[in-house]
Amino acid sequence: MPVALSPSRDPAAFPRLAFALAAVLLLWPGLQLTEFDPAALIDRRSREVMGKFLGTFFPLELSEGFLELVLKSTLETLAIATAGTFLAIVLAFPLSLVVSRSLSISRIGPRSGPWMGDFIRLPARWLLILLRSIPEIVWALLLVRAVGLGPAAGVFAIAINYSGMLGKVYFEIYEAGDTRPARALMEAGSGRLAAFFYGIFPVALPELVSYSVYRWECAVRASVVMGFVGAGGLGIQLELSMRMLNGGEVSTILLVFFLLVLLADGISALLRRALA
Amino acid sequence: MDFNLDRVGLTLDGKHRAIEEISLGIAHGERVAVIGPSGAGKTSLLRVLGTALRPTSGRLAVEGRDPWSLAREALRRLRARTGTIYQAPPLPPRQRVVTAVLAGRLGRWPLWKSYASLAYPADIPGARAALERVDLAERLFDRCDRLSGGQLQRVGVARVLYQQPELILADEPVSSLDPQLADRVVGELNRESIARGVTLVASLHAVDLALRWFPRVVGLRDGVVTFDLPPVRITDAMLTELYASESPVPPTQDNRPLELPAARLEPVAGAKQPLCR
Repeated sequence: MPVALSPSRDPAAFPRLAFALAAVLLLWPGLQLTEFDPAALIDRRSREVMGKFLGTFFPLELSEGFLELVLKSTLETLAIATAGTFLAIVLAFPLSLVVSRSLSISRIGPRSGPWMGDFIRLPARWLLILLRSIPEIVWALLLVRAVGLGPAAGVFAIAINYSGMLGKVYFEIYEAGDTRPARALMEAGSGRLAAFFYGIFPVALPELVSYSVYRWECAVRASVVMGFVGAGGLGIQLELSMRMLNGGEVSTILLVFFLLVLLADGISALLRRALA
Repeated sequence: MDFNLDRVGLTLDGKHRAIEEISLGIAHGERVAVIGPSGAGKTSLLRVLGTALRPTSGRLAVEGRDPWSLAREALRRLRARTGTIYQAPPLPPRQRVVTAVLAGRLGRWPLWKSYASLAYPADIPGARAALERVDLAERLFDRCDRLSGGQLQRVGVARVLYQQPELILADEPVSSLDPQLADRVVGELNRESIARGVTLVASLHAVDLALRWFPRVVGLRDGVVTFDLPPVRITDAMLTELYASESPVPPTQDNRPLELPAARLEPVAGAKQPLCR
């Protein structure tokens, strides 16, 4: 068997250097274009305006009536985030399976024409891109008009936008894991869906859960932003308080955000440990 | 399952020549060991027989037909009748042993059973029986990542025993086992092959195992067959030449001196004295 001699220099060195240079070259115009200037942050005038607003943050607004309002909005925010993320998972999971290449039977042959697999995979991929390319805030603005003010618009906006993101990351997780188990099963005559559940799913599960919980955390924050355009939840309260320049109320709500993210982080860690 | 290879060649990734040219016939129910130095093409040959890799030249016939001209569903059914034991068993680390073994029958089970078995194992007695044959029944409900490399390899064997295929392909199935267990597992595969009359093709690193258990041994080097004989007709010279590029003596379990079967039986023309270190 003739064996070609390995080169004496590291053949990967040049591509690596080229990639690093390209990254820097792309970053530079980006900073120029955005007029990135850290000095503006510590400029005297900015400091004064920021300082005045931050000064009103204390003491926190803790009156019973306001807390009750915040609690109710918090529960609504959690409900929007949870329902939206759940719907997104339900949409994303089948799409991720369609897009995934590691389940492609034609890789182990016989090929049913070179384009058959891509014929289904490509449109599914475009659908995922379409779903996630439009930000949830835009969906919310559209949906508020369609289904009216309130939490339902937020739920649908999150479901649509996040299914695109989840679907993309799900299939990347399948692809990054060890695909030999699934391939071995297909080589022993198993169908592709069974091969997925016996060969890929057990490997991918902790990452799928971890990423989905992270997305739920993002959904909590996103539902707050969407509140600003009338899609329900804590955001409506925050907007009202900010408009009235009531720093105490703003800081109470921000503290609630912090606690929510802390909660999401804890849940994620708990689930990961349970699955490890 | 029977095979006929007519000058089969295999080029991987368009450049690496894994199989130069092999012509070989294997009858139904035959037990064949493939030996040779690493990189000789043993794994590639097994993957070609298992229709996992398509030959790039020559003709392959399985049961008299070219498997690569079969319709997709027919090829899937053919593959469902093939059980492969891998040197590094491709088992998800978080999967339980019972699930890993039951997965052997995914190619035969109806879909609903495959999914139902994820919720509750569909055939616990069957999985236990298969594991008992490789001395691992007590690990039935353990997760695969709790097992040692040798135990994992035996789970892979148990999966194929449970699958009950008509062709068993074993790619260095006992490379992580100690000599005693290795002997037991190779014996179990041979018993399975004899009892159900199915074809067994195994690549083995340890020459003594191949000579002890298999009525037919194929020597492979640089992607070509150097000999294809029953053990009694294999000589020291053939083995020494086969492994010349790798080591001065053919590899055996624990590097024990090789005892050729010929030495124990009637002397065969051309046979030499047992090789000693």
